[in-house]
Amino acid sequence: MNFTLHIWRQKNSNIQGEFVTYQIDNIDENTSFLEMLDQLNEQLIAQDQDCIVFDYDCREGICGACSLVINGYPHGDKKATTTCQLYMRDYKNQTELWIEPWRAKAFPVIKDLTVDRSSFDSIIQSGGYVSVHTGSAPEANALLIDKHSADEAFNSATCIGCGACVAVCPNASATLFVAAKITHLSLLPQGKIEEQDRAQKMFNQMESEGFGSCSNHRYCERVCPKGISVSNITKMNQVLGWT
Amino acid sequence: MNIFCANEPTGPLESRWEKHLFSLSLISPQNRKKHKVIVVGTGLAGASLCATLGEAGYQVSSFCFQDSPRRAHSIAAQGGINATKNYQNDGDSVWRLFYDTIKGGDFRARESNVYRLAELSGNIIDQAVAQGVPFAREYSGYLANRSFGGTQVSRTFYARGQTGQQLLLGAYQAHSRQLANDNVTHQSRSEMLELIMVDNKARGIIVRDLVSGEISAHTADCVVLCTGGYSNAFYLSTNAKGCNTSATWRAYKQGAYFANPSFTQIHPTCIPPTGENQSKLTLMSESLRNDGRIWAPKNSEDCDKNPADIKEEDRDYFLERMYPAFANLAPRDIASRAVKHICDKGHGVGSKIHGKRLGVYLDFSAIIEKLGLEAVAEKYGNLFDMYQSITGEDPYQTPMKIYPAPHYTMGGLWVDYDLMTTVEGLFAGGEANFSDHGANRLGASALMQGLADGYFVLPKTVANYLAKSSLTDVDDTHPQVVQSLQLVKDRIHQLMHAPSPKYSPEYYHQKLGKILWEACGMSREAEQLKQAIGEIAELEAHFWQNIKVTGVDKDLNQTLERAGRVADFIELGKLMCQDALMREESCGAHARVEYLSESGEAKRDDHDFSFVGAWEFKPEQPMLHKEQLNYEFIEPTVRNYK
Ligand SMILES: Cc1cc2nc3c(=O)[nH]c(=O)nc-3n(C[C@H](O)[C@H](O)[C@H](O)COP(=O)(O)OP(=O)(O)OC[C@H]3O[C@@H](n4cnc5c(N)ncnc54)[C@H](O)[C@@H]3O)c2cc1C
Ligand code: SF4
Ligand code: FES
Repeated sequence: MNFTLHIWRQKNSNIQGEFVTYQIDNIDENTSFLEMLDQLNEQLIAQDQDCIVFDYDCREGICGACSLVINGYPHGDKKATTTCQLYMRDYKNQTELWIEPWRAKAFPVIKDLTVDRSSFDSIIQSGGYVSVHTGSAPEANALLIDKHSADEAFNSATCIGCGACVAVCPNASATLFVAAKITHLSLLPQGKIEEQDRAQKMFNQMESEGFGSCSNHRYCERVCPKGISVSNITKMNQVLGWT
Repeated sequence: MNIFCANEPTGPLESRWEKHLFSLSLISPQNRKKHKVIVVGTGLAGASLCATLGEAGYQVSSFCFQDSPRRAHSIAAQGGINATKNYQNDGDSVWRLFYDTIKGGDFRARESNVYRLAELSGNIIDQAVAQGVPFAREYSGYLANRSFGGTQVSRTFYARGQTGQQLLLGAYQAHSRQLANDNVTHQSRSEMLELIMVDNKARGIIVRDLVSGEISAHTADCVVLCTGGYSNAFYLSTNAKGCNTSATWRAYKQGAYFANPSFTQIHPTCIPPTGENQSKLTLMSESLRNDGRIWAPKNSEDCDKNPADIKEEDRDYFLERMYPAFANLAPRDIASRAVKHICDKGHGVGSKIHGKRLGVYLDFSAIIEKLGLEAVAEKYGNLFDMYQSITGEDPYQTPMKIYPAPHYTMGGLWVDYDLMTTVEGLFAGGEANFSDHGANRLGASALMQGLADGYFVLPKTVANYLAKSSLTDVDDTHPQVVQSLQLVKDRIHQLMHAPSPKYSPEYYHQKLGKILWEACGMSREAEQLKQAIGEIAELEAHFWQNIKVTGVDKDLNQTLERAGRVADFIELGKLMCQDALMREESCGAHARVEYLSESGEAKRDDHDFSFVGAWEFKPEQPMLHKEQLNYEFIEPTVRNYK
């Protein structure tokens, strides 16, 4: 398969970036999207050029590192998928692909397709945990949790912190990410005690990191690779006492 | 002090850890903030350690190479974590987990350490539940369990197929909680490239900021490496692309012994490779072997048929046939070799690579018939989805194809009972140490070990070291620090400016991977290993002559990162082969063809090889030291899973 790739190149956060066009040929259909970029980078090395920088690690859809906007969609237009789980067989031969980084004020571009998402870490640091000391936990089965709540908590906890929800949001809001963590911990008795304080702190931190606020576009739910539902936002609003 | 002494406590096994804890020195709360600890790596082992040391009041600085500690490769663990809760009342106990782990490791692990691990396993589950880790539960609200390869009890706790993710997020959150405290700091996108030694003690590290390319020195009272395993030496493995040996290899070159480097685990259930440009292999959790049946066509003419068209009587359920007692749950090394054996004999399925079909079926039709689609989806849904998105095939309809792939490294830095390496003040935890798994690790035991090390063992033993040592002040102007900085800068210069730059890091990594997979993979043989050692030496010389890194070093430069990691893998690869050659026996995952029975079983040699092989770096040839393993409590037997 052959593709024309328009890739965002930007030397660093202070320099304006631009799209650069590359041609790549003879790609096997079972090649993953990132493996195609690997092959392009091998070509660039052969031509003495600096490689295109993009984030990745696990390449199996769980670490949350990969983060490309492809033809306008964070993680491509395939549903519930991370960028690293896209395969070239999902694309038409001879097409043009536009590849960009996440764009949001709170995710400044570091270089090319890589952005700084440490604002997500700061949000968790502000309160996204249960305050338990190592070694002070009671016997695990002393606390029974109904299966439904446990399953629902898992569904929220499955967020991989990729930031696609922010990238797609017209307000660049991190509400889905924040709501998923608040919901995960609020659904469990262990997390219940601190829930209000936690939710308020995380929400404030989100605002001070420069993320926008939610105005119910619901695009986030559609691009989320882990299917985190906007019902998490409803739950967060409840915890914050807004409904 | 004898640096190569396991320092195990004596007396009854059951009271060793308790007795040892009592003998360890403590530091009073008001004095703790005077001590600084560097933790490299924030996977399960590192994050849990930082959280625990931080809340105790020590100064902690941690580092990881990903853009966030939440992305360490522990995140990818699927299947589960073992603990001896005996919630299923099926006869589990600390002693049984201890025994299973020692036996699973083919009697090449240290009894005291393994017993401690089994003892601590229950606390880990308590801790994780208290943090809000959403483990699977029964309708009654109690925690659920499943069974895993190599055991006959159900002691594995799980969170759907994302157990590692949930445990890591628990540890990451506990670590994050400490980061609000001024004593605890963390730097992401930072790679350790050298260990700083002062007066023969580990006193700090040299780090490259992966964004700016800046090289800086960080000093402390001691250093803990929790930097994970080195399966990526094989190029294609189930590890994340960034997993590397650089931190442990730098430590080795500074005097830390490297133990059992050839003990690497090949996981039986991975998605087979489909092409030559593949960048990594994906694991399908071993838990699938609970309910999936493994088979290959009896007749090689059937190998390219649609599996649905192969009659029941023409299917060879070879694990059930060869190992009736454990059947599809036979331990990993045994299952992997059986799959390879079947494919080598021409019964493999799937697309041909280099003329061979590398795959067998993992079939869920029986269980789907029995429990229904919904129940199977509940248990394995995300794994099935993952398989489908990678292969484009639906495992609810057609059996999965699987083939073994490098997955876990039992080898690593040699450590004593306190998890201290042979370098004073340098500790190693998690997959980075040579650990408790002997020559083969049982499923769901790595998460357990990483968290036992980080939450419960290292916090105590590191504190003891800090309490007992009197250390001189070291700052950035210390000659040793200046020298280490220079060493790193010179090395980067060499990588950036090879005499005749020609080939990318990927090129060398693939070459190395191929050599290791052929000679030091699922089966090993003396002549082939000797040849591989020669080939790797040539590759190394070629690398330093021709490595090509484009871009500049004072920048985010992933090609440079890769080049440095590959350079270390090449050196490690040679040591892996030397270790495999030295060990003239088969044990666990180490299968020397000269020492296999007719049916392919490992022939262990306890008389000559019941030792940990710990290698000391020497400029000419590495030097072997042997830690004899004395089995006081368990009689080594033939590891029989028939
Ligand atoms: C696909 C897969 C599935 C698995 N499933 C299971 C399972 O079901 N059950 C089980 O028990 N085990 C499982 N394992 C094994 C288990 O996940 C690992 O052994 C364990 O998580 C390792 O944890 P760790 O903390 O030692 O290392 P890691 O989680 O790998 O963390 C390493 C850390 O070190 C950092 N680091 C590495 N090198 C450097 C450097 N040079 N400089 C700075 N930082 C560095 C990294 O950034 C990272 O933070 C699985 C492994 C894989 C690959
Ligand atoms: S909510 Fe979804 S899109 Fe947002 S960070 Fe989490 S996984 Fe990514
Ligand atoms: S690389 Fe880890 S989720 Fe894509």
